Amino acid sequence: MSTAFEHPTYNYKVVRQFAIMTVVWGIVGMALGVIIASQLVWPELNLGLPWTSFGRLRPLHTNAVIFAFGGSALFATSYYVVQRTCQVRLFSDKLAAFTFWGWQAVILSAVVTLPLGYTSTKEYAELEWPIDILLAVVWISYAIVFLGTIKLRKTSHIYVANWFFAAFIITVAVLHIVNSASLPVTATFSVSIYAGAIDAMVQWWYGHNAVGFFLTAGFLGMMYYFVPKQAERPVYSYRLSIVHFWALIMVYMWAGPHHLHYTALPDWTQSLGMVLSIILLAPSWGGMINGMMTLSGAWHKLRTDPTLRFLVVALSFYGMSTFEGPMMAVKTVNALSHYTDWTIGHVHAGALGWVAMITIGSMYHLIPRLFGRTEMYSVGMIATHFWLATVGTVLYIASMWVNGILQGLMWRAVNPDGTLMYTFVEAVQASGPGYIVRLIGGLCWVTGMLIMAANVFMTIRRGEGARQPLPQTA
Amino acid sequence: MENGTVNGVIIILLIIAFVGLTLWAYSKRRKPDFDEAANLPFADEDEQPNRDQKASAEADSRHDKGERNT
Repeated sequence: MSTAFEHPTYNYKVVRQFAIMTVVWGIVGMALGVIIASQLVWPELNLGLPWTSFGRLRPLHTNAVIFAFGGSALFATSYYVVQRTCQVRLFSDKLAAFTFWGWQAVILSAVVTLPLGYTSTKEYAELEWPIDILLAVVWISYAIVFLGTIKLRKTSHIYVANWFFAAFIITVAVLHIVNSASLPVTATFSVSIYAGAIDAMVQWWYGHNAVGFFLTAGFLGMMYYFVPKQAERPVYSYRLSIVHFWALIMVYMWAGPHHLHYTALPDWTQSLGMVLSIILLAPSWGGMINGMMTLSGAWHKLRTDPTLRFLVVALSFYGMSTFEGPMMAVKTVNALSHYTDWTIGHVHAGALGWVAMITIGSMYHLIPRLFGRTEMYSVGMIATHFWLATVGTVLYIASMWVNGILQGLMWRAVNPDGTLMYTFVEAVQASGPGYIVRLIGGLCWVTGMLIMAANVFMTIRRGEGARQPLPQTA
Repeated sequence: MENGTVNGVIIILLIIAFVGLTLWAYSKRRKPDFDEAANLPFADEDEQPNRDQKASAEADSRHDKGERNT
């Protein structure tokens, strides 16, 4: 990478590295998703090999999209935002470089070990103990770089985006270390130190807070910087953002038990998880409204600016999935939805609609600025990407709603004599068309990401050239 | 004290903390500070200044993206 764009004050090198890897891992992770979606349509595509079977590629897909794509995006944007809003260079360039290479090493270890079948079997925390230790070291270094930079700040205030990033970094450190605690047996095998219902509760305390702090608080940090920047106006209400922050982090911690309704978990714990999940709607929507209202008086910008469109549609999907989530946490709804494709659809409304769209919008703002430009190479390509991503998400979640409700109803249908009306495989057969529609949605997404990669490549190439202003395309 | 009582006291303390935080955030006294903080994304002048710090009506009626040189 060229050093032509070295900023006099800020460390943009590590931001550029993470931003480029965001695009690369986005393509890899989503392509893996398309492969396993195809396997659900055509099971022969697992090639009859253990390394390419669904059970091994699925954790690779989730790790690649959440930690490789989402994680790289969070590193890139948090390092950029903390420098810009604290008006100071990163606390340590060396430690920041270590977080980049360490993070990539963790991801590459996942790419090798998960297909080989080395797994701790904890969902979203499958990596075995040696990789867990490396991850913990990288994450603590990240916390030192980020919090150290805030300490050095030249401004009197800590901007709200940094509050969200800091909460995300600190909480993920705690979650990862507590949940991954295990007794190593060999280099590639360990046993969790928790047992029974406690193991399940620790797992979903981790799992739901990974959603709450990694996939929500971190990306809200992104939202609080890039939405105002791209809309060119300050956030709608700074006061609301403070109430939003404290309410969100106070409530999210207690919602985990809704993943364990009707299990061996004590009944009161399930009810507590349900009630706090419903309360969670309030801070979630508070944040969404704050982001949306930032555009009041600037809505016309959506007509010409597809980057802003990405950011605003991300907020819409955030509002939608944070309504759907509390609803699905209600025990009676959960009795229908749990273990069906509805859950998968809900996750992707959040993961594609919110996380990926806010990331992509932020990247389209960030990448040209990192390479000495003011605009991406092609605004038209951003618009194409926007429509592919939106249509892809809608196809994905609509097909999973249909499949989920269909499966839930078929599984619970009973004959007058009390026997089950359908065998399990009949529900699988009935899900076939939905799986094809979901695959089409996934293909839209990967196509969009490839267009993004081409656009980013051309932006960097042009940026390294004469650096003369681009003709405006829209 | 039994567990249930402790839990109840903690919940009351958290509610008081939350109400207090909300009152603090919405007090008039804090407004100038928060306005300053809200403008931090626009405060670092490494970029060419292309717009006034506060959102203004003139800036919003502008449609040409070419000038948007943030």
